[in-house]
Amino acid sequence: MVIKRTIIASVVAALFCVSARVWADDMQEIRNEIKEIRESYEARIKNLEDRLKAAEAKVTEPQPQGPAAKPASSVANFNPGIGLILSGFYKNLEKDPGTYSIAGFVPGGEEIGPGERGFSLSESELNVFANIDPYFYGQLTAAITGKNTVEVEEAFFKTLALPAGLSLKGGRFFSGIGYLNEVHAHAWDFVDQPLAYQAFLGGQFGQNGLQAKWLAPTPVFLEFGIEGGNGRNFPGLARNKNGFNGGAGFVHIGGDIGESTSWRTGLSYLYHRVKGREFEGESGTFGGITNSFDGKSKLMIADGVLKWAPNGNPKETYFKIQGEYFRRKESGELAFDINGDPTVNPFAGSASVFSSSQSGWYLQGVYKFLSQWRAGLRYDELDSGTPNIGLIGQSDAGTGITIGDDDFSGLKKYKPKRLSAMIDWNPTEFSRLRLQYSQDKARRDITDNQIFIQYIYSLGAHGAHKF
Amino acid sequence: MQALSSDKRDTSRGDSSPSRGGKGGDGSIVNGGKTHPHPNLPLEGEGAAIKFRFDLTVKLVCLLAIFLFARTSFAAVNVLATTPEWSALATEIGGDKVSVYVATTAFQDVHQIEAKPSLVARARNADLVIANGADLEAGWIPILQRESGNRKIQEGSQGYFEATRGLNLLDVPTSVDRSMGDVHALGNPHVHLDPRNLLKVAAALTQRLGEIDSVNKATFEARNQSFQQRMVEAIKRWEILAAPLKGIPVVVHHQDQKYLLHWLGMKEVAALESKPGIPPSTGHLSDLLQSLQREPAKLILRGGYNDPKPSNWLAQRSKIPIVTLPFTVGGSKDAKDLFGLFDDTIAKLLAGIKQ
Repeated sequence: MVIKRTIIASVVAALFCVSARVWADDMQEIRNEIKEIRESYEARIKNLEDRLKAAEAKVTEPQPQGPAAKPASSVANFNPGIGLILSGFYKNLEKDPGTYSIAGFVPGGEEIGPGERGFSLSESELNVFANIDPYFYGQLTAAITGKNTVEVEEAFFKTLALPAGLSLKGGRFFSGIGYLNEVHAHAWDFVDQPLAYQAFLGGQFGQNGLQAKWLAPTPVFLEFGIEGGNGRNFPGLARNKNGFNGGAGFVHIGGDIGESTSWRTGLSYLYHRVKGREFEGESGTFGGITNSFDGKSKLMIADGVLKWAPNGNPKETYFKIQGEYFRRKESGELAFDINGDPTVNPFAGSASVFSSSQSGWYLQGVYKFLSQWRAGLRYDELDSGTPNIGLIGQSDAGTGITIGDDDFSGLKKYKPKRLSAMIDWNPTEFSRLRLQYSQDKARRDITDNQIFIQYIYSLGAHGAHKF
Repeated sequence: MQALSSDKRDTSRGDSSPSRGGKGGDGSIVNGGKTHPHPNLPLEGEGAAIKFRFDLTVKLVCLLAIFLFARTSFAAVNVLATTPEWSALATEIGGDKVSVYVATTAFQDVHQIEAKPSLVARARNADLVIANGADLEAGWIPILQRESGNRKIQEGSQGYFEATRGLNLLDVPTSVDRSMGDVHALGNPHVHLDPRNLLKVAAALTQRLGEIDSVNKATFEARNQSFQQRMVEAIKRWEILAAPLKGIPVVVHHQDQKYLLHWLGMKEVAALESKPGIPPSTGHLSDLLQSLQREPAKLILRGGYNDPKPSNWLAQRSKIPIVTLPFTVGGSKDAKDLFGLFDDTIAKLLAGIKQ
């Protein structure tokens, strides 16, 4: 038993020793590992401390400052750009603006003429714009008028991802014809549009439709564009009709001459089929009447602009000269005194051939003579021509009335002219105060001396520096 | 029309030089020649001539295809850089693998530039637009993007690179309001005047160029490495040279020298513009003259594109010397590249304090 016990004891002891030995070996290994880990951490910590010290020593390195106030949620990050234009006038108009007309031309809507006397509010323009996604850009320009109405001036999308220099614009937009047509009112160099724009386009031409543009892959700027739409604005007219109701095409070429000069010139064409374009007239025999035109209206515009700045730096000084020439041909039928009483006017509602060929141009120069001051001069001239009206010379046997050119007195040949001079002060690129004087000879045989004081303020998103 | 008739002459003479047609690069002209055989060809040779023409056509079409598809491998990357410093950097990294057009010069205020027709035309063909960013070109880059019809250079695309992105900008305002003048909401954008920023921008630009033109990736990387090496050495040299400038109080025209002053440890005590972008008024200049008597400055700094009148006015009355700095590449005779820019800037500053 003793032997047995001894054997068991020694076996247990041996086992214990072995296992203790093994355990001790393990312990050593673990200790070594811990030591290694500690050493490596110490080395790393030292390394980090060194780097921190080095970073602290490098005090001149720009430190991140980071915007202090971040938008509370990601929603705000995707807000579109918002810009607002505030503008208003004081006008001193010698002649009653209610009598304004451009002699020899069919009236082109409400936006022509110098506007109200005294203090008035110009359109407050609200711009909201952003890239919609990688493929489209979107923009809304809403005009809140002084008469408490809201007009959608522009609301369009534009493609960003078409290949080969192509882009497509759709919605409502100002047409790419001419030079000034796409320019919004707050960026005009004078208080008002040139007479030619007022006479031929009712101020500015925009419609609901589509525009396709192609920019040629040349070092010289060469752009082609075509447009089609509902022709909702003068000289067109929206019609209850499918498809296109008016089209435009244009080509623009531009480039630089040396470092100081840039230029752009272009040729544009605007076509409309007009049905039932009514306009007020003055008849020598029947007084105030309404006539109506059906037919084709074709307008051609040649435009050019040249800008010069010393070293191409417009901050202190620049000079800009621009001019456009318009030529419009209209042909079709003219219905006379459409609302007239046939017992009084035997010709009431009768249509006859009508054709006209009219032209106009303006030339203007703006000189920035100090970093905050600009002065400008503009000359406008139109030539109404004499329209060919089939009804003139016809007579009615019953009443003995013969229609003469006095029955279309508004369309009698005339050459409206205007000379304007302006000076403006621009404390920053966001504000402008302007004084303008115009000697306006648009009315037949009447000279209107006009003085304008205008303010234009731009709030919010940074405006675009369009050429 | 001339090309068409000369092609016809070439084929009837049996001139098979493909490079001629290849240069013209218009397969349709050659096809036109094939479908409408020249009426004056001798009758017995017509079959051979047609076969010959067919061969030539195939060759030309192949050549054209090779030309079109292989174009990217040997055509330089078209770069439109908004400012001379980023144009210079693009040349450092790209060498002859890039063709760079620079939108502005050292004598133009980049913030005031319009989206000129020439710039829209250049944006049309650009593979990469290198902009400064931080709203410096806010008035015209968005128009170039929209009007160019070039999908490669749109915001967020590979072909639109902003140098300031990823840099730590100075003067980041905690709040912005236009009553503060032309403040930049994202911080002071004129980062290139701290050459250490150039190292970071160069690295980012190298990566971007490599993505756009993967064939030449190794070249860009090698050129970048060489640039980094030379620039790091140059920075060491400039920092030693510029040691006497540390702590020197200066008057600046606009906040466009901020990074230079920050790097060299110089002290801006006043600016001619009362607020950023607001032209200096005589009232502000008079105040400045008085405050300079309390806290004098050693130099008045201005860039080549700044209006010289206000600094001249102040210099005359305060007797503080003016130093006209190149501001960017091309801003002075010696600032021919990025290295020349800092060589000249530091030399001019040192000469200024010795006066």
